[in-house]
Amino acid sequence: MTKSSSTGGEKHPVWKFFASVKLSVTVLLSLAATSVIGTLIPQNGDPEAYLHQYGESLFKLFTALDFFDMYHSGWFRAILCLLTINIIVCSIDRLTATWKIIFPKHPSFDANRFQKVKNREAWTAEKSPEALHDLYHPYISKRFSISLSKKTEDGYLLFGEKGRWTRLGVYAVHLSIILMVIGGLIGSIRGFDGSVNIPEGKSADTILLHNDPAGKKLDFQIRCDDFDLTLYESGMPKEYRSRLSLIRDGKTLVQRDILVNDPLRFEGINIFQSSYGEMPADHFTVTFTERESGLLYDVEATFDKPVDMPNGTGQLIVRDFKTNFSYSGFNLGKTFICTMIPTDKEPEPILVSVDHPRFDMMRKGDFVITISNTSFKYYTGLQVTRDPGVPVVYVGFLFMIIGCYITFFMFHQSVCIQLSAAGNGTEVAIAGISGKNRPGMNTIVRRISHHLQRLSTTCKGTPK
Amino acid sequence: MTSSAIFSIITFVYGAATLLYIAAWVFKKSLPGKLATITLAIAAVGNLAGILLRWVESHQMGIGRAPLTNLYESLIFFALTIAVLYLFVEFKYRIRMIGAIAALISFLSMAYAALKLNNAIQPLIPALQSNWLIAHVMACFIGYAAFTIAFGISIMFLVKSTGDMKPPAAQPVGMMGRIPAFDVLDDLTHQMVTFGFLFLSIGIITGAVWANQAWGRYWGWDPKETWSLVTWLIYATLLHARLMRGWKGKKIAILSFVGFLAMLFTYFGVNLLPGLHSYQ
Repeated sequence: MTKSSSTGGEKHPVWKFFASVKLSVTVLLSLAATSVIGTLIPQNGDPEAYLHQYGESLFKLFTALDFFDMYHSGWFRAILCLLTINIIVCSIDRLTATWKIIFPKHPSFDANRFQKVKNREAWTAEKSPEALHDLYHPYISKRFSISLSKKTEDGYLLFGEKGRWTRLGVYAVHLSIILMVIGGLIGSIRGFDGSVNIPEGKSADTILLHNDPAGKKLDFQIRCDDFDLTLYESGMPKEYRSRLSLIRDGKTLVQRDILVNDPLRFEGINIFQSSYGEMPADHFTVTFTERESGLLYDVEATFDKPVDMPNGTGQLIVRDFKTNFSYSGFNLGKTFICTMIPTDKEPEPILVSVDHPRFDMMRKGDFVITISNTSFKYYTGLQVTRDPGVPVVYVGFLFMIIGCYITFFMFHQSVCIQLSAAGNGTEVAIAGISGKNRPGMNTIVRRISHHLQRLSTTCKGTPK
Repeated sequence: MTSSAIFSIITFVYGAATLLYIAAWVFKKSLPGKLATITLAIAAVGNLAGILLRWVESHQMGIGRAPLTNLYESLIFFALTIAVLYLFVEFKYRIRMIGAIAALISFLSMAYAALKLNNAIQPLIPALQSNWLIAHVMACFIGYAAFTIAFGISIMFLVKSTGDMKPPAAQPVGMMGRIPAFDVLDDLTHQMVTFGFLFLSIGIITGAVWANQAWGRYWGWDPKETWSLVTWLIYATLLHARLMRGWKGKKIAILSFVGFLAMLFTYFGVNLLPGLHSYQ
């Protein structure tokens, strides 16, 4: 049996493991190291392309390790989970101790702590300790949120302190990461991220999802009324603009133009302009040119319906169309992707480029295939998302920035001013202590000391 | 005069400042030191003037956009942020030593932009047409500049620590001796890293908010995003190791060095990888 955490202040070993900074350092560095993998291996690509690029054994290894979708893999999520637990346990572990420092029941000062501080400054003033005390005390109580004065045998002790709460800054940073994780979880459970291509004049209500072949059906239709592509004189794209209408039960709910940085948000669903392209009409003509005789055979065709090839040599199915199809680094432009099923051989994939009609000759088949009588129209490529986790993540962002600022640039500071009678005058000494020994504390002590010396001279007397 | 002409001149001014800082270090004279500071300040002012002029020029061309949108413009802004941040450090800490490294990096950055890259003012592609652009790029580059100066300090630390190994003398003399004391360097590294960390965080966050507006997701593991996170994680490690485990000196200098390499890759290397940020 393991020891109970409550007895004798000894903590449970599991708790100690998760509360250790060694674990934080290890987890942070392993996250950094593993994140790199996904930037070197393109993510969520085509398995065929991976196989071609890495060869069979590496492909199998990478698949087993989830390297092709590593940011969603179990092991990567496990590291993130470990980090989250580490942050939570660490914060609770330290916050209990910090809390007592931040909110002490009886704030007290220990003058001895200030005796050996390096930033200590001392001088002699020609005033009595009482007079100086009355002069300094208002300044100290104005400058610090907590101030105390204490009568001693030969004079006074003045204390000032502020910024205890800034010790909470680091917990704000830790909380911000927890919030981002929670927001991310909400998004991945309750949200979706998909895309849809809608030709001009057409509408759609089902979104393609990356992780679900069934897609996502919206409770309204998105109609693309118009798509406009504007170019600069140089030919660079200037603007993609889609005019969209959202329609439910025949009623237009919204009509608006969207741009790349200006999405449409409706009932928690966001519609972004993400791409565009050209789509062929459903009907086109497939031409088979017999290589030997030069005879032409025209067949009317449509997508996914087999057409017979001449002389009973087989069938051809036009499966897909790509606006810019890249073949071994060469851009074929508008390309139909087909499958040829010869009667006596295995089916083979065939690319028919509209822009490069001679491309299919290189296949050296009995027939050269071309596709013509195609008419094209623009479609708009929309990204459609819903992410109820965003507000939580954004609150996390705010906490992160504010927390970092507090942690790095504000600190808990306290000063002690010692006034001791010496002859007719007073020996003054000031020293300051800060959380984590910030070098900024020395400057603060120097500034206060200058100010105090000015205070005691402006009234009367000469500085020493 | 065009902004490109100004940048060419400023490149040489940065070069001169570098030489003066080195002279100040080698000869331990105050005159070249003061001259170096003045020269670098002139370079920074000219650099800023050039950037503002380029902004005006883009408006005259009818494009009208902040000059922070491609590698050429970012390198020029990078040179400026390093010079300004370094001058601030010099003013605040009265340390002139890092000047040679800061001015050199500004010089190299400007020289590379002037010699290797296209300086034409191009209009913005749709993805970059956003008000978030300025906040995002500025925050990132202030962060980069702080990490670069931290790197410069770490290099001095490592040079000094290997240099100090050889003579057993208590007080190293000569050029090594003029490098500030270890604890000053160590503290300055920490200051720069915290400053850089805050701004890198702001840079990543503004980027995430922008991405959510333009692409519909605040985080998508795009190579640039991922590498900025890697950089962030390395500096987060540094801060934890220092504040919680009391790491100091050489170990911190090495982590700062590694963080800088990751930052460099975030800045330049990612252009070699496919992704949404490859704006050459």
